[in-house]
Amino acid sequence: MDTGISNYILALVTVDAGKIISGGCPVFLAADQQEQEKISLLLARILGGIVHDLENGVYFICRH
Amino acid sequence: MERYGAAILIGIAVGFADRWMMLRSDYRHYPTYPHGQMTHLALGFIAASLGAVAVPAIAKPDYVAVTFLVLAAQQFRDVRNMERESLNRLEETKLIRRGSDYIEGIARVFEARNYLVIFAALISSAAAFWLGWQYGLLFGAVAIILSLCLMSGSYVGDIAEIFAGEVHFQDSLLMVNDIVIMNVGLPATRQKILEEGMAVIIRPKDDDARLTLDAPGQRMAIVHDVVSILGSKVDINETELMPMARKHPDKGYLGFFLVANEPDLDYLMEIIRKVPVLESARGTALKSYFGRKAAD
Repeated sequence: MDTGISNYILALVTVDAGKIISGGCPVFLAADQQEQEKISLLLARILGGIVHDLENGVYFICRH
Repeated sequence: MERYGAAILIGIAVGFADRWMMLRSDYRHYPTYPHGQMTHLALGFIAASLGAVAVPAIAKPDYVAVTFLVLAAQQFRDVRNMERESLNRLEETKLIRRGSDYIEGIARVFEARNYLVIFAALISSAAAFWLGWQYGLLFGAVAIILSLCLMSGSYVGDIAEIFAGEVHFQDSLLMVNDIVIMNVGLPATRQKILEEGMAVIIRPKDDDARLTLDAPGQRMAIVHDVVSILGSKVDINETELMPMARKHPDKGYLGFFLVANEPDLDYLMEIIRKVPVLESARGTALKSYFGRKAAD
């Protein structure tokens, strides 16, 4: 049986540092939304996760 | 001696023909492997031989032979294990998985088909032995038709209505009509989904059907069957366009979402109608007293 953790946040990407208090995963600060989207896309492809949007300027990459 | 020969020959021929007809390699991609077909034809032949020699062995009378036949029939239990194991192995390298419910269903069907072959061979060889070879062929044909009828289960199209849905976004949430499918972050991905995504609503006809469609195994089977024909744009490490079937928690119907290589909505609906209802997922609420009472 697979007992590993299968759903977890791999990284956070934000344009507003004030929205995030440091947690268990890397946080990337982007200058604007364009950069944020690009960083998220790259991270998602590299890490094999999916980009989700919290709708408050924070994106996160999660593996399912 | 001639009578024994004719009975055994007809039994084997009918059983083998039966197995051959039940060996359908269709769009579900199974078993499309030529060697897999060979394995099943060979096993079918053995099953047919077992069924065919049973009656002559009893008539001879050779009871020891009959005992051995029963022992030999036990071998067919391994067919299920064989199928289950090989499908489970293949599952690991699949982007869209069949799901263990579907695998279990396939494995069970393969086992059952061998028993049907034994049954058909037994009937036809008995008829050939006691009534004459013409009757053997006649009974064989009836047994084949009967086993083909027995093996056809029901389809999703029988238990649910299927019609086109609409893909749209509520902020970051991907929706099919009023069902939330998932959260999609990137605007570029949303745009792609809006342009190429297809959506279907699967509405169960009664409470049994609702329970059946609730089962994740049944939904995986639907997704797998669709993707094995229309393809999907999911790739390794790029799982944003994953096809999914999610239910409306209050109303019980499913929203199905797919970004296909072959975007053809009519065939998509037709394929979903032809997905088999899995035995292990089949809901039986209306068969129980409380289920019927609760349903009013």
